[in-house]
Amino acid sequence: MVTDTWEYAPAPEARDIVSIRPEYGLFVDGEFVPPAAGEYFPTLNPATEEQLALVAVAGPDDLDRAVTAARRAFEQTWGRLPGRERAKYLYRIARAIQERAREFAVLESLDNGKPIKESRDVDVPLAAAHFFYHAGWADKLEYAGFGPHPRPLGVAGQVIPWNFPLLMAAWKLAPALATGNTCVLKPAETTPLTALLLAEVIAEAGLPPGTVNIVTGDGRTGAGLVSHPGIDKVAFTGSTEVGKQIQEAVAGTGKKLTLELGGKAANVVFDDAPVDQAVEGIVNGIFFNQGHVCCAGSRLLLQEPIADTVLGRLKQRLGTLRLGDPLDKNTDIGAINSRQQLDKIEGLVAAGEAEGAHRWSPPCQLPARGYWFPPTVFSGVSQSHRIAREEIFGPVLSVLTFRTPEEAVAKANNTPYGLSAGVWTEKGSRILWMAQRLRAGVVWANTYNRFDPASPFGGYQESGFGREGGRAGLAAYLHA
Amino acid sequence: MPDRARPAAAGRPAGATRARPAGSKPARRAPAPGGARIDVRKTYKLFIGGAFPRSESGRSYPVTGPDGSVLAHAAQASRKDARDAVVAARKAQPGWAGATAYNRGQVLYRVAELLQGRSAQFAHEVVRNDGLSPAEAERTVAAAIDRWVWYAGWPDKVAQVTGAANPVAGPYFNFSVPEPTGVVAVIAPAAASLLGLVSVTAPVIATGNTVVVVASEPAPLPAVTLTEVLATSDLPGGVVNVLTGRAAELAPVLAAHMDVNAIDLTGVPVPDRAALARLAAQNVKRVFAADDDWAAPPGAARMQAFLEVKTVWHPIGL
Repeated sequence: MVTDTWEYAPAPEARDIVSIRPEYGLFVDGEFVPPAAGEYFPTLNPATEEQLALVAVAGPDDLDRAVTAARRAFEQTWGRLPGRERAKYLYRIARAIQERAREFAVLESLDNGKPIKESRDVDVPLAAAHFFYHAGWADKLEYAGFGPHPRPLGVAGQVIPWNFPLLMAAWKLAPALATGNTCVLKPAETTPLTALLLAEVIAEAGLPPGTVNIVTGDGRTGAGLVSHPGIDKVAFTGSTEVGKQIQEAVAGTGKKLTLELGGKAANVVFDDAPVDQAVEGIVNGIFFNQGHVCCAGSRLLLQEPIADTVLGRLKQRLGTLRLGDPLDKNTDIGAINSRQQLDKIEGLVAAGEAEGAHRWSPPCQLPARGYWFPPTVFSGVSQSHRIAREEIFGPVLSVLTFRTPEEAVAKANNTPYGLSAGVWTEKGSRILWMAQRLRAGVVWANTYNRFDPASPFGGYQESGFGREGGRAGLAAYLHA
Repeated sequence: MPDRARPAAAGRPAGATRARPAGSKPARRAPAPGGARIDVRKTYKLFIGGAFPRSESGRSYPVTGPDGSVLAHAAQASRKDARDAVVAARKAQPGWAGATAYNRGQVLYRVAELLQGRSAQFAHEVVRNDGLSPAEAERTVAAAIDRWVWYAGWPDKVAQVTGAANPVAGPYFNFSVPEPTGVVAVIAPAAASLLGLVSVTAPVIATGNTVVVVASEPAPLPAVTLTEVLATSDLPGGVVNVLTGRAAELAPVLAAHMDVNAIDLTGVPVPDRAALARLAAQNVKRVFAADDDWAAPPGAARMQAFLEVKTVWHPIGL
């Protein structure tokens, strides 16, 4: 194989563009403040296990201060600004992210473990685009189809995951601010640093103090935020398990809720699919961001006549992926975000083997330190296997086969989730037929894992409710 | 065709001249000697999958008029009946959602035609069961029919109002369309037995959902008559399923049911809604409740609450 002959010299992105402080406070009411209880926790580089910084744990007193500041900003400053002025602040944030794109990208890869080419080419540009897109809505909301005078909800409590830390912050903050709400955002425990850098950007952009508050911490902080009586809206992205707990906690409080939860997406390849493109799409679908993607194409459904061909080509392609230093510009597969997540992946992979599926990985040298898992493909998977039903959230693909389109639909929809799906075929009418029947909020046809601020994203069924992005996403932050 | 509630009092004009037509309180009337006709009374049953079963539990409960007199014994649905209704709704859902929007609109309009034809019977039952005056009853029945017509026009417009072509930053065609959430459980309001029921049911099915409705507990008679209209319209069996009985018994079963996608708690007293909303979290149901003024124009909120947005991407290229 040609690729066997290629050696890649290391091409690391310089990390000295970021200066990480030894210790971070909470961003409350426009400034960084120490946590009331004085509790801090370390955030690690998952590729090396080195400590990057100490980060504050926001406790109940800190949450009270943050919510109070957000309420004050809603009532006195941000909430009273005309849309055209809110817009200009959001444009400033978008531009500042673009200006400091490299800094954000390196910091994201350090704290999260994702390859620099993904943080540089996907996370950071999309985060800027989200602010830019929503900035333009701020003074046009009366045209959005929610009545002549759409009103904001008030204070939004927002809890985001560790897989796209900056991008998820942008997905939450940009629409909330554009519609005139104020925010208390809680970044994930293992990836707080880019949100804290975003806090600096927001402060420099001159937003009124209290408009955006960023409170770091663990699950206790998140639970305290969503159940805080002073907020009007809860937006959560994360696991279905925690999403259900939040829905239960919010029940009967009158808070508006949107949930973007887990998935177990089917990526369906028909026998007339363009195989090379499909293989790239399969790889992108499950190995993008180490498979730490709620909409990952984790169940590959191959039509029987081409199953062996596609699987063979896929394995060949996986042999060319480079796993290693996330800051290396040639790296395809970075580090698993945390020890806890690595344990979960290893547990489910062990279950896959125990239940009789066939496990395969390309020859792959894992670094000695850090959290790593090789790209893994399971064939001979049946629908009852745990690896076909449960979200693994790692670089693990389960391959199943089908004969007829009806069978593909039945298998694809055989899940309590419903976030996304993929279809590969050259036949246009079949694409639309499949797209109609797949019970999923996003359907990628002859592509996979595409995102855009103008494109609504969100799930059916137990993948949550509400949309982020597009006109539909504004509804989450307005009195409808 | 099920038996009909309205006694065939030959030659008399239907409607408002009498609040309590002959036959509604038979106990006061001795059998007429000399062969005067005895009315045929109706058995009030459930409506599940297009059929009219009694409750599998064999239970019924007395339905009383405003003066406390017993009007009928309605079926008291059990949790098993509720589960059967969900099965029927699930079975009907893909076909109903898959029908063209034009077709769904025509089917719904056909229902309105039949409602109009039975307006006197509905007015009669609203008088008996809700205790409205004949004039009030006529107005509320007219409003219910008009509301059904309003929703009959929505199926082929809702995608144009809420869908979009999205201008993404890349060579892709990207569009968003609304799709039905699936099987929706609805606790209908206890008051406004007909207008309230129509107002919570029609918006759910207009967009392709199927529904399990718990009718007004004190006033289920108009709901049962509505099911007779639905059964003889072109609405496929299972699209609307109506349970009568104790709302407090049935609502938790539906709220916790893992094959129900959404629940409308409008008919549940406000203090009782939180507990049901907590049950609904077990499978991330969409939970809706709104205390509407049924006389006011409805707006689109009740349709929006049970719609999902599906976004489809496809590359553009040669």
